[in-house]
Amino acid sequence: MLSFVAQRVLKGVIVLLAIVVLNFFLIRLAPGDPAVVMAGEAGASDQVFVKQLREKFGLDKPLPEQLFIYVKGVVTLDLGFSFRQQAPVAKLIGERLPATLLLTLTAFAISLALGILFGTFAARFAGTFLDTAITVFALIFYAMPLFWVALMGILLFSVTMDWLPSFGYETVGANLTGLAHAVDVAKHLIMPAMTLGLFFMATYTRMTRASMLEVKRLDFVKTARAKGLSDAVIQRRHVLRNALLPVVTLAGVHSGTLIGGAVITETVFAWPGIGRLMYDALLQRDYNLLLGVFVICSAMVLVFNLITDLVYRLVDPRIEFAA
Amino acid sequence: MPKRVLLGLLLACGLAAPALAQEPKTGGVVNAVIQPEPPGLMLAIVQNGPTQMVSGNVFEGLLRYNPKLEPQPELAESWSVSEDAKTYTFKLRKGVTWHDGKPFTAADVLFSIEMLKQTHARARTNLAQVDKIEAPDDHTVVFTLKQPFGPFLGIFEVGSMPMVPKHLYEGTDWKTNAYNNAPIGTGPFMFKEWQKGSFIRLVKNPNYHEKGKPYLDEIYWQIIPDAAARSVAFETGKVDVLPGGSVENFDVPRLSKLKDTCVTGAGWEFFSPLSWLWLNNRQGPLADKRVRQAIMYAIDRDFAKDVIWNGLGKVATGPSASTIKYYTADVPKYPYDPAKAKALLKEAGYKGEKIRMLPLAYGETWQRWGEAVKQNLQDVGMTIETIATDVAGGNQKIGDWDYDIAFTYLYQYGDPALGVGRNYISSNIVKGQVFNNVEGYSNPEIDKLFADGAVATPDSKRKEIYEKAQKILVEDVPVAWMLELQFPTITRCKVKNLITTAIGVNDGFKDAWLDK
Repeated sequence: MLSFVAQRVLKGVIVLLAIVVLNFFLIRLAPGDPAVVMAGEAGASDQVFVKQLREKFGLDKPLPEQLFIYVKGVVTLDLGFSFRQQAPVAKLIGERLPATLLLTLTAFAISLALGILFGTFAARFAGTFLDTAITVFALIFYAMPLFWVALMGILLFSVTMDWLPSFGYETVGANLTGLAHAVDVAKHLIMPAMTLGLFFMATYTRMTRASMLEVKRLDFVKTARAKGLSDAVIQRRHVLRNALLPVVTLAGVHSGTLIGGAVITETVFAWPGIGRLMYDALLQRDYNLLLGVFVICSAMVLVFNLITDLVYRLVDPRIEFAA
Repeated sequence: MPKRVLLGLLLACGLAAPALAQEPKTGGVVNAVIQPEPPGLMLAIVQNGPTQMVSGNVFEGLLRYNPKLEPQPELAESWSVSEDAKTYTFKLRKGVTWHDGKPFTAADVLFSIEMLKQTHARARTNLAQVDKIEAPDDHTVVFTLKQPFGPFLGIFEVGSMPMVPKHLYEGTDWKTNAYNNAPIGTGPFMFKEWQKGSFIRLVKNPNYHEKGKPYLDEIYWQIIPDAAARSVAFETGKVDVLPGGSVENFDVPRLSKLKDTCVTGAGWEFFSPLSWLWLNNRQGPLADKRVRQAIMYAIDRDFAKDVIWNGLGKVATGPSASTIKYYTADVPKYPYDPAKAKALLKEAGYKGEKIRMLPLAYGETWQRWGEAVKQNLQDVGMTIETIATDVAGGNQKIGDWDYDIAFTYLYQYGDPALGVGRNYISSNIVKGQVFNNVEGYSNPEIDKLFADGAVATPDSKRKEIYEKAQKILVEDVPVAWMLELQFPTITRCKVKNLITTAIGVNDGFKDAWLDK
C-alpha cells in the first residue's frame, strides 16, 4: 500500500506542475491588466504610474521568464507576492484556508451522511410515500441554484425568524473564547454549510437509492435472506456496503466541485475563505494570488482523490492496490 | 411613490441636521459596511475607495473641505497666500502626535510629499507646479510654485495628500513596510485589528489633537461581499452605516422606509461623480459630430435618473458637475428628443452600421442602465451590440480604443483643472490607459483653454476660461454626459453628524456620535 501511495503522490506532483503551467497561460489569456486595474482604482492612470506598477510586479519581463520565476518559486514552496494586497500569497491563503476547510468539510460530511441515510430509506421503502417524498426533496435541492437557496435561507432564518446570523464567521466585537466561541462559529456555520451540503446531499441520496435497488436484486442478497439474516443486517452489511462504491467515486469527483460551490456560498454569507479570495483575485487580475489559490485547490482535489482510492479498499476488500 | 418617499426622507434627514444643535454624547460602537475589502490601508500607496473610507479615520491631510469646497483647518491650523499667488505658507497645528506617540512636524510633511510624488499618481500631477517646499521651522511649511496654480488650495484633503510618518517609512522599502497593513497616523481613530475577509477594527485615539473628539469608542468595518447580504445586514440591525454605493439602487427605497433609518446624498461634493458614455471619436459613425449629438438627444436621461437611480442625482449638462467650481448651465441643451436624433442621424448618413457598447460591470444598476440606453438608441434606428466584460476586461478594451460606446463615471475633485480637463486635452490621448482622453477628441482651442485655466489669475479670469471651454465641449459632444451621480449613505438615525465635509464618509468619523 505504501508504494501505491508513494506512486500516487509522485504522479500528483507532476499533475500539479502541469496545472500550474496551464493556469499560468490561461490567466494571461484573459483580457485585462493588473497594473491598469490598480491604476484605475487609484483614480489616475498616467504612463509613469502604470509603468512603475508593471516593473514593480515583474510584468514587464518576457512571459517565459515570468513563468520560469513562478515555477521555480512553486517548487521551492514560494507562491509569490500578491500585487494588489501587497502581501505574500502563502500568507493570504493561510489566513483564509482554515475557514474554507471548515465550511467544505462540514458541508461534505452533512451531504454524505444525510445523502446516504435518505438514500437508504428511499431504497428500503421504494415505491412508498416516504420514497416519493425523499426523491422530491432531493430533486428540489438538486435543481435550485446555490445562491438562491442561500438567499432564501437568509430571508427565512435571519430576517423573518431571526434564528441564525446572516453573514460572517463569528459575532464581530463579541470577543468570545472557548466553548462560547465554538458555539458562535457553529451558529454562523449552519446556514452556509447546509446550503452547500444540501445540493450535494441530493446527488448522494439519488445515487445511494439507485445503487441499493440494483444491488438488492443480486443473488447474494437472496442467499443472505435464505440464510435467515435479519432485514436490517442484510440492508446494512450486504446491500449498503456494496452499493456505496459509486457514491464514494462520486464524492471523490465532487471534491473539486465543492470548492467551486464554496466561491458562491462564501460570497453570499461573507464567509472569510479562499473561495472569495479567488473571486476577488480573478476580478482584479491578481495573477499570483489567483495561481496560488488554484495550486492549493488542485492539491486539495488530488489529496481527496487519493483518499477516495484508499476508501475504496475499505468499502470493498476485493479491490487491491496496484502499485 | 417610492421616489417621493425617498426624497421626503432625504429632506427630512437634511433638516434633521439639528443633530448639530444637540450636545454630542460620547461612547459607543458603530458598525459600518466596507465594500470591497481594501487591498491595503496605507493611503499614500493605495488610493482606492475602500482604503480611503477606512484610512480616512487613521490618517489626516493638512486641510479638509466643507460642502462648499472651502478649505478648513485639519493638520494645518492656518494658511496664507502671497500676493503673486505663488507662495503658500501653512502653519501646522502644535501638539499633534502620531499614534505611536512621536510628534508630527514639518519634516513629516516634506517627507510625505516626496513619497507621494512616487506612489500617488494624482498627487504627482497635483504637485507638478510646485517648484520647492521648505520647512523654516517645525511648524511651518512653505510651498513655492513655478507659476500661479488656481486649484492649489484644493489638493490637501486626506485622500489626495495624506500625511505619512517619516520615522516609520524613511529608509524602508515602502511596498513591503509592515505598517502598510497596520497604519500609524495622526487621525481620530487608531488601527487595532484586521481579520482578513471579516472586519477591520478601529479604536478611539485618546490623544487626538482636537480635544473632546472623537466621540465614538470604536468602529467596526464589516466586510460583506454580496450586495443583497449587505442589505440584510442593515435590515437585521447588524450594521448601522451603509456608505454610498454599498447596496443596489433598487434596495434603497425599501431600506429607507425601515424604522429609524436616515438617508442622505450629501458628502460627495468634492468627488462630484459624473457619469458619461465614452464615444470613440476616431472611427465609424461616431467620428461625425452629428451622430454624437444624436446620441445625446436619443437618450432619456430623466428616465435613467427617476427609474434606474431612484430619483437620485441630476441630469448632467456638460463636462463639469454643477457642484464644482466654474460650472455653468449656460451651454447648448440636449433634451430627450428622438425625432431630432433621427433627423441628425439621417443628415449624417448613418445607415444602421453596428455600434459596440460596453456597459460598466459594477453590478445590477449599471447593467439595467446599459439595457435602457441600448433601447433608447435602437428606438432612433441605431444598431447596438452589447459587449459583456468584467471591469478588468472592459478597461483593457477602452484603453486599447477597441470600443464604440462605453459607460463610465469619474470623480472631478472640485476643480476643472484637477478632474475635468484630463478627459478632453489631446496630450492625454495615450493608448493602453484608461480614464484619460480615451475618446480621442482633439481640439487645439480646448487644449489652450485648459492649459490657461489652470494658471490664470484672478478667479474671474479662470471662470471666463472654463465657461468658454464648457460651451465648446457641449457643442462638440466628445462624450455623452449622463448624470451627476449621487450615492446615498444610509444610516440608523441614532448615528449623528456623520457627514460634515465634502468627502463625507471618506473623511472619517471624527465628528460622528451615537444618540443612545
